[in-house]
Amino acid sequence: MTIAEPSQSSMLDLLTGFIVELRAAGLPVSLSENLDAMNAITHIPIEDRNAFKYALAATLVKNNAHWRAFETVFEVYFSLRGPAYSLGGGDEPLDLADDDTAANPEAAGAGSGGGGGEALTPEQMAEMLFKALQQGDDAMLRALARQAVTRYAGMEPGRPVGGTYYLYRTLRNLDLDNVLEKLMSEAKDQAPAPLTPLEERLEQDEFQSRVDKLKQEIESEIRRRLVADRGVEAMAKTLRKPLPEDVDFMHASRDELMGLRKAIYPLTRKLAVRLARKRRHGRKGPLDFRNTVRHSLSYGGVPADPKFRYPRPAKPEIFVIADISGSVAAFARFTLQLVHAISGQFSRVRSFVFIDGIDEVTRFFEGVEDISHAIHRVNTEADVVWVDGHSDYGHAFEVFWEKYGREISPKTTVLILGDARNNYHSSQAWVIKEIRKKARHVYWLNPEPKAYWDTGDSIVGEYGAHCDGTYECRNLRQLEKFVEVLE
Amino acid sequence: MDSRFDSPDAVRSRLREVDYLSDDAIAGVVFLADRLGKPILVEGPAGTGKTQLAKSVAEILGARLIRLQCYEGLDESKALYEWNYKKQLLRIQAERNNESTWEDIETDIFSDEFLLTRPLLEAIRSDDPVVLLIDEVDRVEIETEALLLEILSDYQVSIPELGTITAKQIPMVFLTSNNTRELSEALKRRCLFLHIDYPDMEREKEIVLTRVPEITDNLADQVTRIVRSIRQMELKKSPSVSETIDWARTLLMLGVESITEADAIDTLNILLKYQSDITRATKELSADTTQRRPGVPRTS
Repeated sequence: MTIAEPSQSSMLDLLTGFIVELRAAGLPVSLSENLDAMNAITHIPIEDRNAFKYALAATLVKNNAHWRAFETVFEVYFSLRGPAYSLGGGDEPLDLADDDTAANPEAAGAGSGGGGGEALTPEQMAEMLFKALQQGDDAMLRALARQAVTRYAGMEPGRPVGGTYYLYRTLRNLDLDNVLEKLMSEAKDQAPAPLTPLEERLEQDEFQSRVDKLKQEIESEIRRRLVADRGVEAMAKTLRKPLPEDVDFMHASRDELMGLRKAIYPLTRKLAVRLARKRRHGRKGPLDFRNTVRHSLSYGGVPADPKFRYPRPAKPEIFVIADISGSVAAFARFTLQLVHAISGQFSRVRSFVFIDGIDEVTRFFEGVEDISHAIHRVNTEADVVWVDGHSDYGHAFEVFWEKYGREISPKTTVLILGDARNNYHSSQAWVIKEIRKKARHVYWLNPEPKAYWDTGDSIVGEYGAHCDGTYECRNLRQLEKFVEVLE
Repeated sequence: MDSRFDSPDAVRSRLREVDYLSDDAIAGVVFLADRLGKPILVEGPAGTGKTQLAKSVAEILGARLIRLQCYEGLDESKALYEWNYKKQLLRIQAERNNESTWEDIETDIFSDEFLLTRPLLEAIRSDDPVVLLIDEVDRVEIETEALLLEILSDYQVSIPELGTITAKQIPMVFLTSNNTRELSEALKRRCLFLHIDYPDMEREKEIVLTRVPEITDNLADQVTRIVRSIRQMELKKSPSVSETIDWARTLLMLGVESITEADAIDTLNILLKYQSDITRATKELSADTTQRRPGVPRTS
């Protein structure tokens, strides 16, 4: 392998920086994978950008959840470069992959057509955009995305603003929601017969996917220009996004929440398999005397091969008590979903939710296959407001103890979810103490970073003193780790 | 080593000849696996053609496909090799009357003749070209995974009594995983990673047209568009490619020329396998598009 040739040394530098950035984004890239990647790219034609990308992906990314992070970093490091993308006519130090003129002459033709369109009025441009979306003309859309960014984003060299700001400005001017509506009504008018709901749905999906494509084009166009302006390292840092398992429950954006919801189902499946395996293996039941004697006959009556009974460890019963007030709702939602999805691993799961009043919500989950639907009902139907709808842990616990306290048995494991921000009400921590006396274990899961515990109105320390453990549970990774040791 | 393919495009067009429609990622990774002599770890939802990829590659190479189906409790004697214990016993008994020495017998009974090869060893020892498929590797326990490491990185198997057996030719190796658990770092490091997701609409339509040749272009288009729409819903299990194909066949047999809402809803059970999913899809497909977004959780 000759990776140290002078002609390739700039490539090598770039690739090294790329891998450093991947590691900084949280991807575990080992040294041997690094070498594989360098080896791999010697086998593919360097001008084939797609093959180049997949060669790097196949050698460096070994988990599909990391794909998005990889794509972002890839685009920053190896995005299309060229004078067309610089903001202030700045110089272009890297000439790795060319402008797409070389790779894609068709797009270039359309691009120069659009480039001549500086003189277009906004109306004309909107008209062109509408047509392109209607016909699904990808090359045209790409050219228009470029135009739109030039025209509306108002990008200036060296201005310290994030990419989302430019994206927002561009999209606001394009007003894509309206365009989508217009596309739909046009489609309805042009159809020979009135559209059935199914056809309408399909039409809308089609247009929606084109609009999404346009948005992606605009986003990557902005990114390209920012990279050209600010340099690779600076951009990579600002674009760094947490991996799905590291997204903070309490501060997740809407997109990130969607990602979490997608990630949770495979996770539950994984956990269920793992817990079931753990239960089956690693433990032996008590000695099976009869079986041992029977087998001893083949050794002349010597019990050389002791046999054990099939292990039947008792499954714990789980009580989940969750605060579902605004600040921690997302966390409660994911934990409830997770615990119910693996409820087969427990003898019974009962859930209670509270804000300042408390209500049992087990009934919403019973016999329901669709857990997200059940969660939705919990959020809308449970009776959890007592006075003013501000968290009051003390009152909720008191009522819990009165109503359900005697149902706690030595087989019960109690999970309490919440940030323990009690709005300066009284804590009633004695309830936790009593619960612990009766239950097998009491755990407290707190979605706040540990540094914030016991600051302001948080009294998690007061409750935690009576629990078997308090855990910081800010993301899926921590939640998964906790559930795995649960018993 | 001779390489089997000239370029990613060559992989792609040859796979197409055997009716496997690949994309850039698939063709690129297969090409690289051949050049680098590395196994491919294929991951992705069920029914997206992971196993079929190995079969199709075997077909275009004219190679024999050796398949190791993984399951919980798989061990050395099922995956690598085993000594034919009964035959060894017979040999020893037959030897009793002769005057042969202990050493003679020992070298004799631990020879090739008494070795039962299992898939992994067979793939290594084979003279003719083979493609090795290790299916659903996530089903074995994490300890058993270690069995695979030697063969995956060095293409050799060490048998204490015989020594190390090295591959005569480096076979193409595919491992598939449904991702029910995280595979060990050691295993992942040795492989190229390929994630096969649901195909985009154009590719899926092509797949339907290839696999169901009698179908009309119009119907295939409708089928794939509805399937795409269904995959966007929040379901327990999205329809796989093979289910799309089944659905297309069914519609064809029912003599449907253009899918109406009622047709779609009546045959949903071919695409979806959970009752809750079917209920949900039925509701959404017939619902008014203006009220498609579910309610947002309440906050306080």
